[in-house]
This record gives sequence, C-alpha cells and structure tokens, in this order.
Amino acid sequence: MIVACPDGPLLVRGEVDIFSTTGEEIQQNRKTIALCRCGVSTIKPFCDGSHKLVNFRTEPPEPEATT
Amino acid sequence: MSDVEGLDLGVFNAGDADTMTIATDKPREGDSAPTYEPRGPLSTQLMAALATTPETGEGMLASFVPAVERVLGSTRDVIRDEDIQLALFVLYSVHYGGKGSADPAWEWNPVTIAARVAIEKVFERELRLRVPVAALPPAKAHSVAAALFELAREDSGPSLSQYVARTASREQLVEFLVQKSIYTLKEADPHSWAIPRITGRAKAALVEIQADEYGGGRAERMHSEIFAGTMRLLGLDPAYGAYVDNVPALTLASFNMMSMFGLNRRLLGAIAGHLAAFEMTSSVPNRFYGNGFRRLGFGPDATWYFDEHVEADAVHEQIACRDLAGSLAEDEPRLLDDIMFGARACLMVDGWVADDIRAAWASGKSSLRRAAPGGDRGAS
Repeated sequence: MIVACPDGPLLVRGEVDIFSTTGEEIQQNRKTIALCRCGVSTIKPFCDGSHKLVNFRTEPPEPEATT
Repeated sequence: MSDVEGLDLGVFNAGDADTMTIATDKPREGDSAPTYEPRGPLSTQLMAALATTPETGEGMLASFVPAVERVLGSTRDVIRDEDIQLALFVLYSVHYGGKGSADPAWEWNPVTIAARVAIEKVFERELRLRVPVAALPPAKAHSVAAALFELAREDSGPSLSQYVARTASREQLVEFLVQKSIYTLKEADPHSWAIPRITGRAKAALVEIQADEYGGGRAERMHSEIFAGTMRLLGLDPAYGAYVDNVPALTLASFNMMSMFGLNRRLLGAIAGHLAAFEMTSSVPNRFYGNGFRRLGFGPDATWYFDEHVEADAVHEQIACRDLAGSLAEDEPRLLDDIMFGARACLMVDGWVADDIRAAWASGKSSLRRAAPGGDRGAS
C-alpha cells in the first residue's frame, strides 16, 4: 500500500524490493518506509524530511481568498 | 463465578499463598532505590523514604503532602524548580521501574500518589498558562496534520542542531548526550502508556511508530539501545539515571511532562500531540547532530543514532500527524484542544531546553548543573 503524503513523501507499507538502476538491492531498515519525491533528500531513495526545507508542494497553491 | 474462584484457587494452590505474597513484593534485580543528590526538602524526604519499603517508610512521609503543597505554593517557577522537578522525576520512576525506581510496593501507595497528583496539578496549570493560545484547526485529519506541520515549521528559532553541526566542541557533544540521556535512554516509553487507552486507527498508528522505536523486533535496533552505544563511544555510562545529578530542572521537566501526559488518561490528547510534534521536529535536526559528530571525527557507530532518526522520523512524522493525531481528533473531537496543547507544550519546553544549552555555551559555560564525570576518554 502506498500513501501519497501531501507536500511530502510516498509512505510504503507492505513488502517491496527496491533496487538501484544497476541492480543492487537497497537495504530497508523498517517495515514502513518513506520514499523521497521532492528530489532533495540526502538519503535517497528514502525521505529525510528535506521537503520541508524547500517548501515542496504536491498541489498547486490555493487561490488567494477573496473577501 | 464459582468456576472462576475454583480456577483462582487452582493457581494459588501451586504454591504457599504467604510465600507468594512475599515473593511478589520483592523488588526485581535493578529496581534499586533512588540515590540522587537531593535538591531541597522534598527530594530529601522522598528519597529517604523510598530507600525503604512502604511498611517502614510511610511514616517518614507523614508530613510529605502538606510539605509538597507548601513548596508548590511558594515556588517562583514550578517548571524550573530543582527540588520539585527531581521529586516528580523520582515519583515517575516508581512507575517506570528499573534503576532508581524503589520497591514496587510504592507504586500505588496513597502518599506517593497524592504527592504526584499535587505536583502534576500545578505543573499542568503552569504549562497551560504558558503555552501560546491559538485558533484550533477543524477536527479533520488533514487539517490537524497541516496545523501541526505549520507549528513545527514556525519552531525554527536559534538552532541547537546547527550549532552542534558547525561549532560545538567535543566536550559540548558529551554534554549534549548527557542532557539527552534523561529521555532517550527511555525513548518511546512515556508515549507507550497511551497504547491501551486509544482505539482504532489512531492506536494502529501509535503502535506502528512504537514498534519501530523499539527496533522492529530486533533488540539491538531499539532506539534507546542505539543511543546507549553512542554514549559508550564517547566514554559515558549508559546506565539509566547515571547523569540525573548533572542535568538541571528544566531537562527533568521536559521528561516529566511526557510522563505526566502519558500516565494520565485524561491527557491522552496531549501525549498524542506531544509525540506528533516531537517526530515532526526530529529528522532534519538529527541530520545536523550527526554532522557535528562526523565533523569531530566520529564514525558511523557513533552517528548511527542520529542517522537512524533522519530516516525513521521522516516516516514517523507522516504517521504521527495524520494517522495518530489527525485520526484521533477526527474520531474524538473533544481531544483536539489537548492534541494541539501537547504539541505546543513539547515545542515550548524543548525550545527552552535548547535555548538554555545555547545560552550557556555562548557565554563559555557548561549547560549542566555539574560537570559530567568521564566522557572524555572515548576514541574518535
């Protein structure tokens, strides 16, 4: 199961195998993992919270409220 | 009913009832008496009594609750009162067990409970008074998550983690570990008190986080155990409580606050909010902490604790804000207020702890009450 977290990573529950493009298996240290989708993580493919520092947005900004 | 009684008798017939009572009352190995350096009349009186059993020690606490009330009535700041926070820390230790937890017969002793409740009442009132008031988000999981992320984002004052990354000396890293050890050697435990008190998806979320905190079935990966390894590598003693005498009241208050939120069912919302805020302000600072240790030549064994939290808490914060705090608010909207209170209290008190450490270091002083022995023989 994959949850797309708003303005954040993809949360993955359940067994998946992750490989690098050269075919090496990437070790997973926990049952539930978060995969980077802002591109800034220092521990890719995993999330390190960096999306918060770069104001990564998964949705277009809401239009300004009109009065 | 008779079946049940019969069953009970059957069990008790396995041994002599008197012997069993005595055996049950006997403290486990490691449930030692608290022997910290007293910081005033309350911690003096309390630890003297807890060195014994309730049968002999209760008399020593005859005047304890009125004394607690008196000190609470005259303290300038309950959150930074050395004597009160040490006494509260000791009273919580009785519930946790282990080193410094006293004879377990004290756990439900009316006098120790009354003293704890009296301190908690004033401590909680003071926290509520000082936590900034703000409008509540709607009781929807995504709104609560967004509000918590906003709170965590705003919590970016002068950063202790950046100081550790760029400037801290080896002695300051040791000090940082000493400060951190009060909670981290029991990492996750205060929030685990909430597990039986919570239901449904919020419970599943809490257990998902805690299982990871406790190593996902591998004892050597328990976060408290990984932290103990870092302490050893810097020449520190990882036995629980080894540095209680070294840390100031505020550091004890940060841990006492978690214990209070966790141990009191009425504060369920606050412990959930606390965990969310804690997780949401963890992954980025831990990268900086790790960088500080790397800068001073420490290897992956020493930085494992911080590296682990960069990855783990990027997962936990997503679960904690939406599935734990958010779902809890949606399912039990009356808890929303306390969820936000717990989160704000976490950021406020831990912000003060970080500010005090930074202020001490900025003026060339130690942030500890007294220098930690050892801590300077680790190989880097």
